Amino acid sequence: MLIQLPADTVPSEITPRAVFDKRREFLKGLAGTALAAALPKSACAGEKFSATLKSPWSTTETPTPYKSVTTYNNFYEFGTEKTDPAQLAQRMKTRPWQISIEGLVKHQKSFAIDDLIKMAPLEERIYRMRCVEGWSMVIPWLGLPLATLLKHVEPQGATKYVEFISAADPKTMPGVASAVLDWPYLEGLRLDEAMHPLTILAVGLYGEVLPNQNGAPLRLVVPWKYGFKGAKSIVKIRLTDREPWTAWMKAGPREYGFYSNVNPAVDHPRWSQATERRIGEFAKRRTLPFNGYAEQVAGLYTGMDLQKFF
Amino acid sequence: MAGPATARQLAALKRILFVLCLVPLLRLAWGAWDDALGANPIEFIQRSLGSWTLNFLLITLTVSPLRRLSGWHWLLRLRRMLGLYAFFYAMLHLVSYLWLDQFFDWQAIAKDILKRPFITVGMSAFMLLLPLAATSSDAMIRRLGGRRWQQLHRSVYAIATLGVVHYWWLVKRDTTLPALYAALLGLLLGIRALWRELERQRQTAGADLGKRTLRNTP
Ligand code: HEM
Repeated sequence: MLIQLPADTVPSEITPRAVFDKRREFLKGLAGTALAAALPKSACAGEKFSATLKSPWSTTETPTPYKSVTTYNNFYEFGTEKTDPAQLAQRMKTRPWQISIEGLVKHQKSFAIDDLIKMAPLEERIYRMRCVEGWSMVIPWLGLPLATLLKHVEPQGATKYVEFISAADPKTMPGVASAVLDWPYLEGLRLDEAMHPLTILAVGLYGEVLPNQNGAPLRLVVPWKYGFKGAKSIVKIRLTDREPWTAWMKAGPREYGFYSNVNPAVDHPRWSQATERRIGEFAKRRTLPFNGYAEQVAGLYTGMDLQKFF
Repeated sequence: MAGPATARQLAALKRILFVLCLVPLLRLAWGAWDDALGANPIEFIQRSLGSWTLNFLLITLTVSPLRRLSGWHWLLRLRRMLGLYAFFYAMLHLVSYLWLDQFFDWQAIAKDILKRPFITVGMSAFMLLLPLAATSSDAMIRRLGGRRWQQLHRSVYAIATLGVVHYWWLVKRDTTLPALYAALLGLLLGIRALWRELERQRQTAGADLGKRTLRNTP
């Protein structure tokens, strides 16, 4: 049985500034010295989006600092080190950028990114993000519900799944020369997951244009699933009646399932998923079923054995 | 190269090496204080300590082939310190796991050691290091006798192998670095096997020759 959790944050979940500072103190303590050092200022500054909406779906937890969100990334198209994307993604050109919608839709269509952005007012969604590796962040995304786009193109009756295909340009993405994954990166959702109001296409971060290393110009965000479900730098969205065979399923079918819902009760074969380290915190936290979004999404999976459909 | 001629020169060399071996740890301490270890400093510290454990194991294993190839016999006098540093970093790596990763949750730790092959293997490597560290003093070498001591310390080959397997099994997808370590270790162990085989052949040839000369003597 799934434990129903409150929609939003309990006060104890908020990272108090004091805890954050304590960790810094701790690390300074480790070094055994009390000199002060200036942090380098963040290098990437995006253009600000004007007039965006707040959303009731946002958590009130303290967002992870911009610097961490933009320097600690898994984006294998630019290399497998977490620091690679911030260093190498600047070569990627995100304008002009087309996103084509294909497959079982009434209106197959290709959108220029700037037209897609204008399709609906952008909303700020402050979401928890839980990586399959056991760390998490709180990220203030800017985006639009994926449902808005899907309703616009009208899925056909036979549609059961939505596939997301990322860019894979060897000229600007050095990582695709390596065979770590089967390129282009491919992810997928069931249609009802894709239509869920929590599922968004993000185009911004911290009120600004999405930095390249975070999946510019357009990426998927599904906050109750492990982070890798959020395909980055999307060029194609395909509606289909077959369950997509995703890049990570191909890489390790025993380790990565199609659903990949955050679930502390189902361990990765090689490591535990019971706890996570929130970036910026010292102690680990317990991981919540569906990353704390159980109340909103557990209903999508009633009657399913989540140990089997992991 | 002549190498350090006197005991005093060797002592100086050892002091320099002692400090050099602390550099990775000092860099971590500096980085932690300077907040220069990235967004996830705890992971960085833990991984860096693991990498340096493996580095020191391989460096220690390089001493004897390097001595043989170069003829610098004094290198052997530095080996114990390098091995002990491997143990030192392994201990810090283990502590970082017990403390920063698991926060002394002994139940979770026990489960991890039993259930996660990469932890099982890492823990085995560490346990095997303990007797080596415990028998590193001159007194212990004397008590065990050179031959038995040497036999015991051959387990370092297994330890380094377990270390590489541990690394291989923990990476999510990109096995480039563990593969590089595996290749280096293969080289270090391979050259030993080769020399041992050549030595064996030389000895059997020598024995045959000996027999023949014996028979030929009137
Ligand atoms: C001789 C013993 C050991 C060696 C040579 C060794 C070596 C390594 C290496 C090379 C890494 C990867 C570093 C990197 O990713 O850059 C690592 C990571 C790790 N090791 Fe060890 N290790 C040893 C013992 C242990 C023990 C005893 C434990 C715990 C019981 C342990 C737990 C871990 C963990 C949890 C990680 C990090 C995994 C992650 O971040 O995903 N290791 N170790």
